[in-house]
Amino acid sequence: MLTKKQLFTRGMLDISPHMLSVIPFGIICGAIGVELGFDPYLVYAMSFIIFGGASQIVFLQLLSGGASSLVAVASVGIINSRHLLYGAVLSEYLEKLSFIKKLLISYVVVDQGFAESNKFFKKNRNEEFLHYHLIGTGCTMWVCWQIATLSGIILGSFVPEELGLKFAIPLTFIAIVVQDLKKLNHVIVMITCGLSSLLFFDAPFKSYIIISPIIALFVAALLLRLKK
Amino acid sequence: MTLTAIIFAGILTYFTRMTMIALISRDMLGDKIKAVLEYVPSAVFPAIIFPGIFINDFGTFIEMNDPKIFGALVAVIVGYFSKNIIATISAGLVSYWFLIFVVFN
Repeated sequence: MLTKKQLFTRGMLDISPHMLSVIPFGIICGAIGVELGFDPYLVYAMSFIIFGGASQIVFLQLLSGGASSLVAVASVGIINSRHLLYGAVLSEYLEKLSFIKKLLISYVVVDQGFAESNKFFKKNRNEEFLHYHLIGTGCTMWVCWQIATLSGIILGSFVPEELGLKFAIPLTFIAIVVQDLKKLNHVIVMITCGLSSLLFFDAPFKSYIIISPIIALFVAALLLRLKK
Repeated sequence: MTLTAIIFAGILTYFTRMTMIALISRDMLGDKIKAVLEYVPSAVFPAIIFPGIFINDFGTFIEMNDPKIFGALVAVIVGYFSKNIIATISAGLVSYWFLIFVVFN
């Protein structure tokens, strides 16, 4: 049995490689907000209140492009609705926690943290304090995101734009799913999702980000049925 | 005004994170649903990966000779064999930079 501290540290270590892409992206997010002409305090408030990477950029871009607040808020909600799927996966491992702990831990569930903690959970189902791994990944992500967006807000885009560091984001997610390319079913599901996301990219409110996973999960369900 | 919108967006985002964790109990998900949920990472992350590679900042498709495609392929190959996150990201970025700064320059 690992102690709470060991699990927390393990979570921190498991997510830390992703900071290679998260930190430059956070700096860019902060800098874009200020460049679009928003109050720096508001740009930072988003990192604290929304705490949701790309959705923060989309929110500001929509508002500065003249969209109504309602459209901007709805878009953030739709972009982040993928967390519902993460929650459904994680619920199994977090079931024993008290309601209050569930409410608190939810705040730090992010893409990369979900991905790494989920991998750890699958291999270590029997650990008693599993959730400390998720707290470790989530808190590391939170602290780095606050520091990165804040430095982007204060220092401007000191990451040269020519480097195209936004490209590090798809790369970080490639690193997460690449080992599943060994399994044919997963490859089919990934390609379905990827192609759907390109096909529905122009759907309103950035809804491609939830439409394509739903299509891909339907395909996954079909594949599972075929296997029987 | 903007702050109000941010707060609403934050509350909405928090609900997307909290709802399933707080409200689902073990009995509510059958084995079939659990088996499908195994595919969540494979079903979600390509929706971030593909547009990040194939669609540019202006929302249009990139050319087929775009350096990002090459960078992504290198990242897939390096990631597959190294099983290392830092190696995957660096390999993708470096090969992308090599093309934009050295080859296409």
